[in-house]
Amino acid sequence: MSQINSEDVRKVAQLARLDLPEEAVEKYTSQLEKILGYVAQLEKVDTEGIQPTTRAVEVVNVAREDNTLKTDERESLLALAPQREGDFFRVPKILSD
Amino acid sequence: MAIAEWREQLKRGEVSARELVDEQLDRINQIDPTMHAFLDVTGDRARADADRIDEARSAGQTLPPLAGVPIAIKDNLCTKGITTTCSSRMLEDFVPPYESTVTERLWNSGAILIGKTNLDEFAMGSSTETSAFGATFNPWDLSRVPGGSSGGSAAAVASGECLAALGSDTGGSIRQPASFCGVVGLKPTYGRVSRWGLIAFASSLDQVGPFTNSVADSAEILQVIAGADPKDSTCLNAAVPDYSASLFDSVKGLRVGLIKECFDHEGLASEVKESVLAAAVQLESLGAEITEVSCPRFNDGIATYYVIAPSEASANLARYDGVKYGYRSEGAENLASMTARSRAEGFGSEVQRRILIGTYALSAGYVDAFYKKAQQVRTLIRGDFENAYKKVDVLLTPTSPTTAFKAGDHVDDPLSMYLSDLLTIPANLAGLPAISLPCGFDEKGLPIGLQLIGNVLDEKRLLSVAHQFEQVADVKAIHPKGHFIP
Repeated sequence: MSQINSEDVRKVAQLARLDLPEEAVEKYTSQLEKILGYVAQLEKVDTEGIQPTTRAVEVVNVAREDNTLKTDERESLLALAPQREGDFFRVPKILSD
Repeated sequence: MAIAEWREQLKRGEVSARELVDEQLDRINQIDPTMHAFLDVTGDRARADADRIDEARSAGQTLPPLAGVPIAIKDNLCTKGITTTCSSRMLEDFVPPYESTVTERLWNSGAILIGKTNLDEFAMGSSTETSAFGATFNPWDLSRVPGGSSGGSAAAVASGECLAALGSDTGGSIRQPASFCGVVGLKPTYGRVSRWGLIAFASSLDQVGPFTNSVADSAEILQVIAGADPKDSTCLNAAVPDYSASLFDSVKGLRVGLIKECFDHEGLASEVKESVLAAAVQLESLGAEITEVSCPRFNDGIATYYVIAPSEASANLARYDGVKYGYRSEGAENLASMTARSRAEGFGSEVQRRILIGTYALSAGYVDAFYKKAQQVRTLIRGDFENAYKKVDVLLTPTSPTTAFKAGDHVDDPLSMYLSDLLTIPANLAGLPAISLPCGFDEKGLPIGLQLIGNVLDEKRLLSVAHQFEQVADVKAIHPKGHFIP
């Protein structure tokens, strides 16, 4: 686990779709350094051959009858859109020039 | 007032449901402007619901078990037609078109929604200070935090604004505020309670549970909300026992384990330690056998959690893209920049910090060093508990290493805030049920909570031990009333 720097934070912010101002990048870099420095204690734990846990309590596949249910939520879902046009969600243009 | 006592009063016609609701709304009006437990008080709906219950009673109908019980709901549980914000600008105007399973079950049992409570934004925090709509304060001392993330629900129950509340617990978000506010908080087994309609934070850890004034009331609420749900495939298909009927099951010969690593921890306040050890002696007087057990990896819980929870959060929160619902930044030139700006403006800094940690931990080249490693340590922490339960029936620890801290104490130092969840996180990592209940007060008059951790699906035993401790300890009798919100 190497040290995180502001370049890493900028890259991660882009992956996470967060348009951060430069002062936020600086602040998060120093905080993440500290947090990841603490997390680094895990390196000292011997986990050779240990299976990773994805869920603490085992869940099983739940099967059900393949019944069709009608829901009447179309309008209420569309009404939540920040911008809509008829029955569509409206967004700014997808491709840049 | 206990729920059972309220039921009797309503049945005998001594108090109407409307009178109780009006009394609660008065209490909210009186104290909430300074304490700020509620984001939204649903007075009109509550009065109408109460009137319906009173009419049903007059007409001689049989009332459901929670008839007329005013309940507050953490604002990360979807309530149909009622704004559900997660204390975030991102969801400031979000009105869910559907109802969460837990709340639907409460309303079907006659409970009344009194309002939606404040939380740390997206349930990320331990003090309810990261809410985008202002902090909640502790009713025992308004200069202190109520804990978090379900701080609004804890403060509302503690100060008598409602009879019970629901919260959610990912790393201690029910138990730690219950401890700070001097109420009972229960995190059920992972999968005991449906999460349909709970706005997701960390899906392998999140669980919904009650805040109440007594253990018996927690048993009543759990009874209603527990059990399989076709809408949540992670909800366990296991029978729900009668929790209230088993509250007096004998604790004679019950083996209680004190986790050595908790009591040895340097961050544990001495008053908290003494109070919880005194509680162990009281359990012994009930016939329990106290032993010490070791969970060697217990103190790696926080490091493990702060990889796993942010990783899952970064994936869960990817849905907030400004397209279908939620906040959208105006004036962006294209879709990608609209999304990135909406997320930068709509999420507060704690949420952004966790998204960054999670995205980093899951990014190419780091996933084995962080995420996989944390999942492996998680296996070791679970193994510690499995070994402990070969020797004991329940585990006893303090809930929080300290009593409620001052507002602002940790806001500039996220890591120091994270460390306050030291004792609650391991139960989430292992999926175990755990309850926090009051066991005493420190010299400032602030409540101290103890935590009992049970084995998978052993809520019944957890509640019976907690209930009988509550009876002998009678903590309320030593309640230093002078400090409490009037």
